[in-house]
Amino acid sequence: MEKLKQFTSSSLFLPIVALAVLLIFNAVFVDGFLHIQLTEDGRLYGRLIDILNRSSSLVILSLGMTFVIATSGIDISVGAVVAISAAVVCTFIGGRGDGIPEHPMVLAMLAAVGAGVVCGIWNGLLVAKFKIQAVVATLILMTAGRGIAQLMTEGQIITVYYKPFSYISGTIPGNILPTTIFIAAAMVLLVVFLMKKTSIGLFVQSVGINPTASRFSGINVTLVIFLVYAFSGLCAGVSGLIESSLIRAADANNAGLNMEMDAILAVALGGTLLSGGKFYIGGSVIGAITIQTLTTTMYALGVSADQLPVVKAIAVIAICLIQSKRCQEIFDKWKARHMQPDNPEEKAVNKA
Amino acid sequence: MANVLLEMRQIDKIFPGVRALSKVDFTLRAGEIHSLMGENGAGKSTLVKVLTGVYGRDGGTILLDGKETTPRTTKEAQECGISTVYQEVNLCSNLTVAENIFIGRQPKKHGFIDWTTMNKRAAELLQRLSVRIDVTKTLDHYPVAVQQMIAIARAVDVSARILILDEPTSSLDEQETQKLFTIIRQLKKQGMGIIFISHFLDQVYELCDRITVLRNGKLIGAYDVDKLPKFELIAKMVGKSLSDVQDFEKREEKSQPSEEMFLEASHIGCTGSLVDMDVAIHKGEVIGFAGLLGSGRTETAELLFGIHEITHGAITVNGKKMHIKEPMAAMKQKIAFCPEDRKSSGIIEDLSVRENIILAMQAKDGMFRHIPYKEQVKITDDCIKLLNIKVSSREQLIRNLSGGNQQKVIIARWLATQPELLILDEPTRGIDVGTKSEIQKMAITLAKKRGMCVIFISSEMDEMVRTCTKLIVLRDRRKVAELENEDISSENVMRAIAGGEG
Repeated sequence: MEKLKQFTSSSLFLPIVALAVLLIFNAVFVDGFLHIQLTEDGRLYGRLIDILNRSSSLVILSLGMTFVIATSGIDISVGAVVAISAAVVCTFIGGRGDGIPEHPMVLAMLAAVGAGVVCGIWNGLLVAKFKIQAVVATLILMTAGRGIAQLMTEGQIITVYYKPFSYISGTIPGNILPTTIFIAAAMVLLVVFLMKKTSIGLFVQSVGINPTASRFSGINVTLVIFLVYAFSGLCAGVSGLIESSLIRAADANNAGLNMEMDAILAVALGGTLLSGGKFYIGGSVIGAITIQTLTTTMYALGVSADQLPVVKAIAVIAICLIQSKRCQEIFDKWKARHMQPDNPEEKAVNKA
Repeated sequence: MANVLLEMRQIDKIFPGVRALSKVDFTLRAGEIHSLMGENGAGKSTLVKVLTGVYGRDGGTILLDGKETTPRTTKEAQECGISTVYQEVNLCSNLTVAENIFIGRQPKKHGFIDWTTMNKRAAELLQRLSVRIDVTKTLDHYPVAVQQMIAIARAVDVSARILILDEPTSSLDEQETQKLFTIIRQLKKQGMGIIFISHFLDQVYELCDRITVLRNGKLIGAYDVDKLPKFELIAKMVGKSLSDVQDFEKREEKSQPSEEMFLEASHIGCTGSLVDMDVAIHKGEVIGFAGLLGSGRTETAELLFGIHEITHGAITVNGKKMHIKEPMAAMKQKIAFCPEDRKSSGIIEDLSVRENIILAMQAKDGMFRHIPYKEQVKITDDCIKLLNIKVSSREQLIRNLSGGNQQKVIIARWLATQPELLILDEPTRGIDVGTKSEIQKMAITLAKKRGMCVIFISSEMDEMVRTCTKLIVLRDRRKVAELENEDISSENVMRAIAGGEG
C-alpha cells in the first residue's frame, strides 16, 4: 500500500497513466494491437515494436530538449538540425546507383553527429555567451538550417543505395529488434549514466531554478547552459541519422519537419515545466512514446494523415488537462478524502 | 479608548499536517499602531494573510466595524479598506511611479487612461507623505526606501482604513526608517488602524501602542507597550523563562585573532560601486563592515568573492597576489560568501535541503566528480546537527523552511566547503531573536575553534558591536574608519558614519 501511495504521488505517475490509457484503448479497439510475431527471417514484428521503432528518434530529441527546457531555455532548431545531419550523412555516403559508398559509413555517421554538435555549439554560444533569448537564438538556425541542408545536397534529394545505411532504421540481419530501439536505448542509458554518476542534473536544475544563486554558489552558469544546447545538438544529429535512413535519402525540406514541436510536447507531457527547474527524463521518454502511440493509433483507426493533427490535438489537450495543476489539486483533495486504501490508481484511470 | 476597528475572533487555519493558527484573537482599534510579534513560523504572516484574503480560514469570525466580513481575495479585502505593504516591494520596476500607484485602477476618460489626472493625483498623494519625486520616471530610478514609500502611497490611496506593514523597514537605513515612521504616525493621526510587523524590537517599542504576541499559532496575549519590558516580550515570544532570555543577550567571549594574515586587500575598488577600501584579515578574526545601505559594505564583499572584478587595487591571499574574477576563483582560495538577499541569490528554492547544502561543494569538485549519495547524506546530516537546522527531513524543499532555517542551510552550504574566510552579509535579517543569537554565536565559535576568518556585515549596530573584534566603517563607497577592541561601540560607529572623527 505504501508503495502504491508512493507511486501515485511520484512525478512519473500521470505520464504513465496517460500512456497506459492509450495502450488500453488500443488493445480494445485495434485488432491485433498486442500481437507480436516472429517473421521468417527472424525479426519480431507487431504494432508495439513498430511504435517503439518509430518513436525512437523523438525519444532521442526529447532527451536533449529536456535538459534545455530545464535550464528554462528552449531549442526550436532541432528539426532543422535533423535535416542538416541527414544531409551530411547522405552526401558523405553519396547517391551512387551501384550502391558503393563514397566514404565509409562510420565516417559519414560521425560527421553527421558532429554537424549536429556544431549546430548545438552555435546555439549554446548565442544563448549562454551572448545572452540572446533562447527562442530567438535557436530561431536563427531553425530558419537557416534547412537552407544549409539544401546547400549541402545542392537542392537535390540524395537517395542512398548503399544497403547497410538502411540498417540504421531497419534491422541488422540476425537481430530480432530494429536498430533504432538500440540507439534510443543507448542514448537513454547514456543520460541515465550522466544523471547518476555526474552532477550535471543537479547543476542544470539549479541553474534553471535560480541562475543568480547558482552563480553565487560557484556554478559556471554559462558553461552549463552552453553544454545543454550542445547536447541537444548531439541528440538532433543522432536523430537525423535515423530519419534519413528511414527514407534512405536526405530530404532537406521534410526531414525532421515540426519535430521540434513534438519534442517540446513530449517534454511537457513528461511533467517538466517549460519555466525550467525540476526535470523528468523518464517522463520525457514516456511522453515521446505517447505521442507516437497516438499517431499509430490514429492510422490504425483509419484517420487520414490530413486529419491526424486535429485528433492528435484533442488527445494532447486531454492529457495536458489531466496533468494541469488544477486537476492535480482536485485529485489530491479526492485522495485526502478517500484515505482508505481502495485502489486509488484504478479510479484515476477511470477519471483519465 | 478609541473605537474598535477590527476584531478577529477564534481564528483557525489548518495546513496539511500543521495547525498554523488555533483560536487566535486579535483586536485593532482606530488610530492605533499595533505590532504583531512572534518568532518565524509563529503565525504572524498567516494571520495577516487570512485577514487580507490570501488564505481562507477554517474557523472563527472577522468583524470589521462590527460587521462580519469574509474577504476571499486581496481585492475584496482592499475594497473593505484593508491594505498591505509586503516585505519585498512588489511593484513593477519598469513602470513609472504614477503607473505603479494606480495600476489596476487607472483614472479613465472616454475609455482611455487619463494620464494627466493620474500623474497629478500621484504627485499629490506622495506629497501627502512628504515624498517629492518625479512621478513620470520609472520606478528603478529610485532607491528601495523611496520604492517602499510608493508602495505605501499605493496602499493608502485605496481609501484604506487598515494598513498592514510587513517588515517595512528591513531594507531601510536609520534615516529612511525615521522618515517612514513620521508617515506612519501621520496616518495614525488620521484615524487609521495600523498593523506593524517587524523583527526590530527597538522600532516596535519606538512606534507601537500595543503588541500582540503569537507563538506556534497560538495567542499568547495582547499588551500595552509601556507595560511590557523587552525581556518579557522576548520571553513570551520564544516561550522560555526570563533568565534564559537574558542568557541570549549575554556576550559570547570574543575571538582573539592570531598574528597570521589570511587576506589583505589594499586600495581595492570597482568603478561605479566602490571607490577605495583597505582590509587586512587575520586568521581567527571576526571583522565587521559597518555603514549605511549602499556605503560599499556589500560591494566590498562581492569584490572579495569575485562576483564583480576589481578595477583597481590588489588582493593578496596567504601572501600571494590573487586575481579573483569569478566566484570559483575565490572558492579555490577558501573564501565563502552568504549573500545579502537570501531569496534571490541564496536559496535554490525548488531543491531539497540536501541538494542545497552540497551545491557549493559539488561545484568546487566539478560536475564529473560526483559526491556519492551516501556521503551527501552524511554531510547534510552533520550540518543539520551542527547548526541545529529544523527540518522535517533532509529531502524537504528549502522553500518550505522558515527564513532563519533557510539562512542556516546557506551557511551550511559554505561550511561544507571548509572555508577559511566566511563572509556573512546580513545573515540575521528578517529572522527571529533566537536564531539571530545562534548565528552570532556561531560566527564567534567558528573563528575561535577553527581559526576561521569571518566578515560580518549587518545593519544592526548591536549585533556588530557584540560579535566583531574589528570594525571597518564605510561611507560613500570608501573606508572612513577602523575601530578595534575597546573603541568598538555603537556611538563611535555612528559618529564615524556621520562623518565625525572616528
